[in-house]
Amino acid sequence: MSIRLHNIAKHFGNTQALEPINLDIHEGELVGLLGPSGSGKTTLLRIIAGLENADRTTQPGKILFGDRDVTNVHVRDRRIGFVFQHYALFRHMSVYDNVAFGLTVLSRKRRPSSGEIRARVFRLLEMVKLEHLANRYPAQLSGGQQQRVSLARALAVEPEVLLLDEPFGALDAKVRQELRRWLRHLHDELNFTSVFVTHDQEEALELSDRVVVMSNGRIEQIDTPDELYRTPANRFVFEFLGDVNHLEGKVSNGVLTCGDAYWHVDLPDGHEELLLRPHEVRLTEQPTSESHLPVTITAISPVGAEVRVELEADWLAQPWLATVRHTDFEHLALRRGQRLFAHPRHWRRFPKVTEKTTEQTRVA
Amino acid sequence: MSQLATWRTGSTRVLPGFGLSMGISVLFISLVLLLPITGLFGQLAGLSFAEYWAIITEGRVVASYMVTIGAAAVAAIINAIFGLLLAWVLVRYEFPGKRLLDALMDLPFALPTAVAGITLATLYASSGWMGQLLEPLGFQVAYTWVGIALAMAFTSIPFVVRTVQPVLEDLPAEVDEAAMSLGATDGVAFRRVILPHIWPALVTGTGLAFVRSLGEFGAIIFIAGNMPYETEITALMIFVKLQEYDYAGASAIASVVLFVSLALLLAINVWQGRFVRRLHGGKG
Repeated sequence: MSIRLHNIAKHFGNTQALEPINLDIHEGELVGLLGPSGSGKTTLLRIIAGLENADRTTQPGKILFGDRDVTNVHVRDRRIGFVFQHYALFRHMSVYDNVAFGLTVLSRKRRPSSGEIRARVFRLLEMVKLEHLANRYPAQLSGGQQQRVSLARALAVEPEVLLLDEPFGALDAKVRQELRRWLRHLHDELNFTSVFVTHDQEEALELSDRVVVMSNGRIEQIDTPDELYRTPANRFVFEFLGDVNHLEGKVSNGVLTCGDAYWHVDLPDGHEELLLRPHEVRLTEQPTSESHLPVTITAISPVGAEVRVELEADWLAQPWLATVRHTDFEHLALRRGQRLFAHPRHWRRFPKVTEKTTEQTRVA
Repeated sequence: MSQLATWRTGSTRVLPGFGLSMGISVLFISLVLLLPITGLFGQLAGLSFAEYWAIITEGRVVASYMVTIGAAAVAAIINAIFGLLLAWVLVRYEFPGKRLLDALMDLPFALPTAVAGITLATLYASSGWMGQLLEPLGFQVAYTWVGIALAMAFTSIPFVVRTVQPVLEDLPAEVDEAAMSLGATDGVAFRRVILPHIWPALVTGTGLAFVRSLGEFGAIIFIAGNMPYETEITALMIFVKLQEYDYAGASAIASVVLFVSLALLLAINVWQGRFVRRLHGGKG
């Protein structure tokens, strides 16, 4: 079922939580709403669910599920499944009763027979690999298991749209990773339309078909994870999607200077701020004629596929982060307190005046 | 040996002051609670069982039990309904004057019960504001058991509100939202999700209100009319015995009230403990 939002806005008192928003989500898509807290992503999700009402202004917004206008439809009749960050399980009911809830509250005419309910609940519990815990109470389960119960409960009513509000936010890193993969799998298998909220860029990029990046109640960019990472629409998106190093200084005659550091760049004269990703910083023992950016290593963290190195210098307002391959790390014999020279491989600038259009990227 | 040493020095405890605070607590409980109760039983020692039985089963006293228990039960049921409603309003909605209403909830605790009694009696007497309105319709409140129940409800409503309120606050709004997103109507969500959650607190609060009503005196005697066999409450019977300097008789009736109250409180506690254990997954 596709979801179309047209002109959806929301005020809480005098503060505007959402500026008027248009959004099209295709059938079968898995879409992530990504943004910092207060960006309006949860409000948007709750409006789609019908747990919150959009503003009724002179030009009221519209929400369509397929061809069905659900703008004024109550949450209980929207045929959605909603998964909450803190599970919101019914604590006085067993796992079985929690999952069966949506089926047992159906009107007598539409309610399946008790045998059918039983079969369906066990099928769902099997899917979330919890059939052996059917008689337990939520308090006896781990966080990851509780979230799986809550997902099974949401799926029991066969929703057309599955909405998840920071579904993995309260879980530890390892369980989160596992559930993420499992949700993606489930989504592909059952082929419903899903929208989930997250503040974790890695989660959004890994899980989504498309990501909606939000800030301050506005949509900043809607794109596939790949496009989003390669061609961010503006500085906010670029900075939000990963670690960023800032290089600020004055350019004159094609040389950017900042304290005792300098670097040849092909830019007009004036004050400039350039942004680099950690993997775009190369480290050497000697300066080149092109660049002289002396730095000192203050921390080394050899965890993961690459070694993360923290760099400081007098001419830097904030420390830089560089990632080095393990082989280079051994080759350079890096250690804390060592003095090296940084060379930007690639950089971007987002001139402040016209944010959206004139993003420039260069290979140095 | 070493165990004794650690026990005496208390070195295994991180929190200081256990000995002193526990000692003072026990002393205080003894002085304020246990000593008077012992005194009560001391008075009973002068009675044989037959005499005791005769006093507590005398017709006028038994009638007072009926009036007290009946009115207290009605008051408790009224409080269960309206107390729940008040707690719900105080927890779930934001409105101007919410804090004032919240503070007003404690008024029956703070107000001398005699003041409440006099106020209610003047309001509901046939010349009072409410009495004038109700009397022509055939409702007589003052000097009937309805008045007794009303006075009891007034003095004990905070018990229900104050026990249900924190439990409702503890129930996240997400839980009703979850129920509704699964298609439950408001009524079903309340009956199957909210009510089971607050049920232990509601029963406890209602039970406490009931027990409190059994012993209420000041608020009731002004509005009750105190007609023998009809609107006399048990607390009044104790008072009457005392005025006749029949201390043993007063103690005998008092002991009945005490036993019933204690038994009820104990039953509520045991039942609630069992319920809470289930809610926390059998882990106590």
